[in-house]
Formats: sequence, structure tokens, C-alpha cells
Amino acid sequence: MLKNRIIPCLDVKNGRVVKGINFVDLVDAGDPAEQAKIYDEQGADELCFLDITASNENRDIILDTVKKTAEKCFMPLTVGGGVRTLEDIRSLLLAGADKVSINTAAVNNKNLVKESAEKFGSQCIVVAIDAKKVKENKWEIFTHGGRKSTGIDAMKFVEKMEAMGAGEILLTSMDRDGTKKGYDLDLTKKVSSLVNIPVIASGGVGSLEHLRQGIKIGKANAVLAASIFHFGEFSIQDAKKYLDSKGIPVRI
Amino acid sequence: MSVAVIDYGSGNLKSAAKALEAAANNINKNCKIVVTSDPKTIRQCDKIVLPGQGSFRDCYLGIKKIPGLNESLNEFVLEKKKPIFGICVGMQLFAKTGYESQETQGFGWIDAEVRKINNINKKIKLPHIGWNQIEFKKDSFLFSNIKNKSHMYFIHSYEFMTKKKDCVVATTDYGNSIIASVNKENIFGTQFHPEKSQKNGVLILQNFLNWEIS
Repeated sequence: MLKNRIIPCLDVKNGRVVKGINFVDLVDAGDPAEQAKIYDEQGADELCFLDITASNENRDIILDTVKKTAEKCFMPLTVGGGVRTLEDIRSLLLAGADKVSINTAAVNNKNLVKESAEKFGSQCIVVAIDAKKVKENKWEIFTHGGRKSTGIDAMKFVEKMEAMGAGEILLTSMDRDGTKKGYDLDLTKKVSSLVNIPVIASGGVGSLEHLRQGIKIGKANAVLAASIFHFGEFSIQDAKKYLDSKGIPVRI
Repeated sequence: MSVAVIDYGSGNLKSAAKALEAAANNINKNCKIVVTSDPKTIRQCDKIVLPGQGSFRDCYLGIKKIPGLNESLNEFVLEKKKPIFGICVGMQLFAKTGYESQETQGFGWIDAEVRKINNINKKIKLPHIGWNQIEFKKDSFLFSNIKNKSHMYFIHSYEFMTKKKDCVVATTDYGNSIIASVNKENIFGTQFHPEKSQKNGVLILQNFLNWEIS
């Protein structure tokens, strides 16, 4: 049977990991490819790079990072952050990314998701959504790393993205991101039940139990987390063992 | 030995080439891995890997667009009977017909067609993305040292369907039983991505490099 995926996410800025695993035996702890290798060895199901490089001039550095990682890690890699054009997507795929996640540009350029899904296949187009709760049972889409409100209803937006050919939704709760209080389970469940494409839950993981909740209660197909893995609190194996002990299907 | 990874404008060739290099390295085999679409180079190679990403139609049209590529692949596979490994859509192209976006002819090396996975009234999500277990249907050298029910990485919405059950090497369960690997003489393919399936995937590529057609 298909297993639920556990996806560690690394923030990369100018080719360096911003927050990452703090292991003493790392030759270069700031090297994304080195960190990727550790997650690969731990049996992570996929890997996610979020490029937070601010300036456009340095955008090509991420391609080099992806290339280096793909040379060493024979596992699925999703790359997002600053993806605006078909050419951006093509470059990332050619560098070795398997999936590309589109966030702000999916809102601002209404044809980008459609065109890229037609060109490269739905399977490699992930739409990353930053949603914030605005009132009971209502969430709104935010862009620019969660700073800019759009007034767009999250549920309507995910349905539209599915219709346009998105292959997957990476759903981040802005309310929970960085809080360690767990995923916004209402949001996750609502989106997961609404669309017939896989949903990756993101934002707020502080414990292994949160991962279980994201899958069991939130009905997510995959769970993404950053800090609980980076700081060596838990390894990917710890997470899998925990989920397995709770009856959640994972690849051990 | 030289292995050609066929470049016809489809997706992630780098991963396939790098994983093959790692596989060759693991078994101390002197292999030249070339990423190419040149018919002459292909004819001189000993083995071929045919990757594939995107739609069946785009992939097949991509192959047809390169002068002499289609012919050199047919010659390699049908006349020279040298080993070929199709990955994902690369394997799907072995079929006679694909029905993604519109009806498109494939190589027709195996009597099969490629259709959208049945989502069983939305009970299952598509694409089928992630790690799923494969179940062997018959012995294959390509799965030497791989345990039955091993996990492999899948990412697709369309499936390979054939009545030629003797070609089916492995299946996986996603709502229904889906073909995960096929083999007919020198023709081998996997629906999953060995180049993304960590150690098990590299093992399969090692077996491919060691494969000798009897």
C-alpha cells in the first residue's frame, strides 16, 4: 500500500542552509547537499528545499545546490521559492528537482500553473499555499512568504489550482508556522477532503504526535516539518517508528 | 560498457545518469554513461535507459521530433535486441497506444495500452505519489537481491495495462493492482523511479548493468 510520506524541509539562502541540522560530524553544516545526504541516509521519503534568497542576481545559486544534491541523493526532491516562470521551472527540473513548488506566482499569474502542468506534467507541479484563518471556518491566501493578504478564499483557490492541473498541494498554516503547536488540523482536513490530489501538511510541528495528527485527523497524505528534525530533537527514523507504533502506514 | 540515457527533452535525465554512475561504481564496472539523442551514438552503445516525465503524448512526440531517434531505438531494441530500461513514461512508451490528453501511438514493443488510473469514485488521490510496495509476479534478474514487497518511489497518474500477463514482473496496489514492472526479452521497464528509490533503486540499476540477455 501507499505510505504516508515524511518530508524534511530546508530553508536555503544564497546556497546555504539557514536553519539546519546541528550535527558535529558534518564537514560543512551550511551545505544543503551535506544535510540532504543525512536525511537521505535516515530514510526521509522526500526532501524539500525552500529557496529564500532575496535578490534576483543570486537566484542561480539554488540551481547549483540542486545539482550537487541530485548527484549524491537518489531520492525525490521538491524545490520552491521565487519560482515565477516556465523557464524557472525548466531550469530546476533540469538541475535535478523532481517537483517544483509555486507559491506567490500561482496567485499572481493565473496561467502559470496551467501552462506548467501542460508542459511538464501535473506530477511535478506543487502549489504551495500559505493560508491564514480570518474567521471561523474561513481561511485566506497570503503571498510573499505570508506577508501579503490577497482576499482570496483558500478553499476556492485550492479547487481552482486542482482544476488547473496542480499535482499536489503544499499547505502551510500561517497561524501555526513556527509556533510548535501542531498543524491547523481543521484547515488541513478541509483542504484534503476537498481536492482529489495529495496534500502535504505544513506549519507548526513541535512533536511527533503532531505528525500523527496531520495524517490521521488532518487526512494529509504527507507531512512536512523543519525544526524538529534539524536540531536533532528527532530523527526521521524516530518519527517513522512513532507513527508506525500508532498504526499509521509509513515506510520503515 | 557504454550506456546511453536518451535525451529527448523530457525531465530529469541528470538523476538517472548520476544513479547509473553510482550503480556502476558500486559494482566496480567500467561504464561510460552518455546522455544523448544522437542516433549514431545510440547504435554504438551496449545498453539504453529511456527516462520519461510528463505526458505520454509529449514524450512520444519529443522522440519523433529528433531525426533518426525513433528508428535507431527500434533497431536497437527489435533487431539488435540489446537491453533497454524504460523508466516511468519511458516504460509506458513500450505500449502500442497511450490515452493521455489524446490517443497517441507508442513504440508498440509490448501489446499494451496506457490509461488513467481508476480513482474508484475519488476514493484514491491522483497522481499516485510516494512510496509503495511492489509485489513480484515472476522471477527477474533485474530484481536480484531485492526483497519482495520492497518500497519504490512512484509518481504518475496513468498506468500500463496489458493482457500479456507473462510480461508483468511486478505490481503495486493503489486502489487496484497496477503494473509496476514489465519485461519481455531484452525490454525491461519500471513504472516507479529507480533513480529516486534510494538504495533499492540503485540496486536495480546495478542489476541492469550486469544483465546479459541469454
